[in-house]
Amino acid sequence: MCPQTVRNEAPSDDKRWKIINATMRRNGDDSHALIETLHSVQETFGYLDDVALSYVAKSLRTPLSRVYGVATFYHFFTLKPQGEHSCVVCTGTACHIKGAQALLSAIKGSFGVAPGETTADNKLSVISARCIGSCGLAPAVVIDGNVMGNLSPQTLVARVEREIG
Amino acid sequence: MTRITLTIDGETVQADEGTSLLEVARKAGADIPTLCHNEQLKPHGACRLCTVEVVKGKRTRLVASCAYPVEEGLVVRTSTVEIEKHRKLLVEMLYPTALHLAKRYGITKSRFEAERGDCNLCGLCVNYCREVAHRNVLYFEGRGIDRKVAFVPGKAQECSSCGACFELCSGGFVVTNHGTVSLNERI
Repeated sequence: MCPQTVRNEAPSDDKRWKIINATMRRNGDDSHALIETLHSVQETFGYLDDVALSYVAKSLRTPLSRVYGVATFYHFFTLKPQGEHSCVVCTGTACHIKGAQALLSAIKGSFGVAPGETTADNKLSVISARCIGSCGLAPAVVIDGNVMGNLSPQTLVARVEREIG
Repeated sequence: MTRITLTIDGETVQADEGTSLLEVARKAGADIPTLCHNEQLKPHGACRLCTVEVVKGKRTRLVASCAYPVEEGLVVRTSTVEIEKHRKLLVEMLYPTALHLAKRYGITKSRFEAERGDCNLCGLCVNYCREVAHRNVLYFEGRGIDRKVAFVPGKAQECSSCGACFELCSGGFVVTNHGTVSLNERI
């Protein structure tokens, strides 16, 4: 393992690549920094695209196949752009009993998106989570990072409509 | 290299340290079925068909022989009622792939919902691509029930000039799909 002296050229002039480069440098520019680097890309750009994945693979001298394998393995990473707002519906045991499926079908009915999908206008992404640890609030939903509990399909749809304007 | 003495199906055999149980047992004449094993590759341990019974002290365990290095004084049984039952169940779950094994175990239908017939995720192509061909075109995408073999976008045409894994693939997945799958099509 020899330290890399010449850094690969970033794919564009975008200043955000500097954040990615810093993450890689901090972790020794080596293949073991892969997950950390992908986290950085995900947080900075919001998703992982082909260009970013190739750049990471090249910079960390890791096969692109490995990068794709890791990126598709973890639910945290998304390969497509996410909407402006996120709505995480908990489908854990408690929320399931309290009607999480009704919430999901209400969202599907009102906005036409199923878990893992984003609306065509890029306003809303719906994600289903296995348990968000707020079982006392079942059925619970996280809208843009704020946990909301004891929801009925109507209140959820009204709340989401208010959020996305 | 240290020689190790162990017992396989009642016969005492000797083997070099570091060799796998599967290799030693096959050399000793045992007929152990495998799916994901290939001598050129590192043990993958995915198919579990090479499962054997290992007696160590008072404990008896079922282990995947391809990934189990020989140990001094080990007592190994390669075919018992329990092992055959285990293998038969695995082959049934693999159905409708691995038909040569299905024939051997007399399986003509499966109690489990049939998945795709051209790939059973044995990993031979992925591992061969990485370890022997050094091309890194193939990878496992996703996980759990969503796991599948995929091609790195833009690299799949390399398969036309290599194709070394084509004959390893029993279901024909790589042969029929190389060059047809891209990331943009998937999402």
